[in-house]
Amino acid sequence: MSFKTNNKVVQWVEDRLPLISMGHHTLYEYPMPKNLNYLWNFGSLAGFALVTMIVTGIILAMQYTPHVDMAFNSVERIMRDVNNGWLIRYIHMNMASFFFIAVYIHIMRGLYYGSYKAPRELLWQLGVVIFLLMMATAFMGYVLPWGQMSFWGATVITNLFSAIPVVGESIVTWLWGGFSVDNPTLNRFFALHYLLPFIIVAVVVLHIVALHTVTSNNPLGIDMKGPQDSLTFQPYYTIKDLFGLGVFLILFAGFLFWAPNYMGHPDNYIPANPLSTPAHIVPEWYFLPFYAILRAVPDKLGGVLAMFGAIAVLFVLPWLDRSKIRSCKFRPVARVFFWIFLLNGLFLGYLGGKPAEGWYVVASQIATAYYFFHFLILLPVILPMIERPRELPSSIHEAVLKS
Amino acid sequence: MADGANPENSAQGSGETRREFLYLTAGAMTVVGAAGAIWPMIDSMNPSADVLALSSTEVDLSPIEEGQSVTITWRGKPVFIRRRGAEEIAIAEETPLADLPDPQTDDDRVEKPEWLILVGVCTHLGCVPLGQKTGESRGDYGGWFCPCHGSHYDTSGRIRKGPAPKNLEVPPYVFLTDNSIKIG
Repeated sequence: MSFKTNNKVVQWVEDRLPLISMGHHTLYEYPMPKNLNYLWNFGSLAGFALVTMIVTGIILAMQYTPHVDMAFNSVERIMRDVNNGWLIRYIHMNMASFFFIAVYIHIMRGLYYGSYKAPRELLWQLGVVIFLLMMATAFMGYVLPWGQMSFWGATVITNLFSAIPVVGESIVTWLWGGFSVDNPTLNRFFALHYLLPFIIVAVVVLHIVALHTVTSNNPLGIDMKGPQDSLTFQPYYTIKDLFGLGVFLILFAGFLFWAPNYMGHPDNYIPANPLSTPAHIVPEWYFLPFYAILRAVPDKLGGVLAMFGAIAVLFVLPWLDRSKIRSCKFRPVARVFFWIFLLNGLFLGYLGGKPAEGWYVVASQIATAYYFFHFLILLPVILPMIERPRELPSSIHEAVLKS
Repeated sequence: MADGANPENSAQGSGETRREFLYLTAGAMTVVGAAGAIWPMIDSMNPSADVLALSSTEVDLSPIEEGQSVTITWRGKPVFIRRRGAEEIAIAEETPLADLPDPQTDDDRVEKPEWLILVGVCTHLGCVPLGQKTGESRGDYGGWFCPCHGSHYDTSGRIRKGPAPKNLEVPPYVFLTDNSIKIG
């Protein structure tokens, strides 16, 4: 049921620029597996969050001043004097967190159901690129209010590059545009914070093109074999995505109106002071697991490599996991280790928020080791030896009728 | 164009290698040209002339009492100036080099043993260590303690324990008179 029209104007445009039929194909007739559960909502939720961030961000940029003497006060002016400024800034702040919540669930969904496996390797890798760009964007955005956490977060993260042998110091000076985090740094971070979201949009487009080439995975992890296995996107998944969005926004409104600073740090309401480091610097919650990995290694270069390695390992995951079976539904052993991996990740997040002393250090070393053990030893070496997958259903249709 | 008109000739070497040569040299020149065009943009992000111009500071040391520390700003970074007591100097001088992750004698780190002058930036990830004000933790070795990731520095500003790889940096400075220095 491809796109057809009797309207002459539409047809005239269509013959020159097939936008309407492309939209019709991707948002209307596009076939989706008919057994998707609610975990498949988080991609569209992340997309919604991205659009919200761009819209509120552009409005905030009209009121914000990227200068060390004025940045903090311009943000306070947004909060106090600009019409609805408090609302727009709080939406931007909290949606950043909700964007990460949606993306983390989206990633864990992919891990559980094997959405990274052939033929979805590039789809998955584009997702990892989006994740990296999001982290860079979020980090630079957090610097802009020029509070204490902004300044010291920027100092610590840019100093990661000084761990690179020989050229590290020159790279850091180049990143700063000076000899410490200062006005040139703030200016360029603002420029990049404005640019990167649009690059994310471009990569999201590629992510969706790849998705529509290989089609969506599903809880059974088996391919769609015909029309009996699928439903059209409209109305079945448009309505399901919209319902999920409603629930997501209720939770979001809860934070936005009742606890807008719950996920932030009070220290960032103190203007940046280059001569005094806050006693306890922590990054935003969504960086904590990686921050714990950074601190777990007692060597500067080693810590930085481990932190970047924790993400790099995701790039090669499609080739590390050698099982032919996608979904953990049919992988009795991998399923157990998935939950251990998830708990270990949450534990790393907890440790990242604690000071680097006492048992926290040892615990984060063990949890870091386990993180890499999961990807580098468990998936490629141990699981293929000990796991016997359960039998797959012959088709999605049949499995759906049985349940 | 004669080469192109004669397929035998172009397939046989002379025309082909000539074309390859032109292709390679043109490609190489394109890369050089692109790099030359990109470099000014990359370099524009390096410290500008006005930032570089702020690179020296003079400090009057006379109001600093023995045992006291002050923090001043140089190139946007804190510089620690500590007027060390005899005991602190003795500890710093007697520490065996074998105990140090980044071995350096105390003598190499000061012009006059009384005055210890350091860039107050932890060599791990750039936090400002504690220990300048009275009541702040000075770590296990009586110097400075970085609260971010737990690095301990001794009374010569040398790293003793924790993730920092190097000693606190000693900035370039000269004594202008007995009681004043110029940093930078």
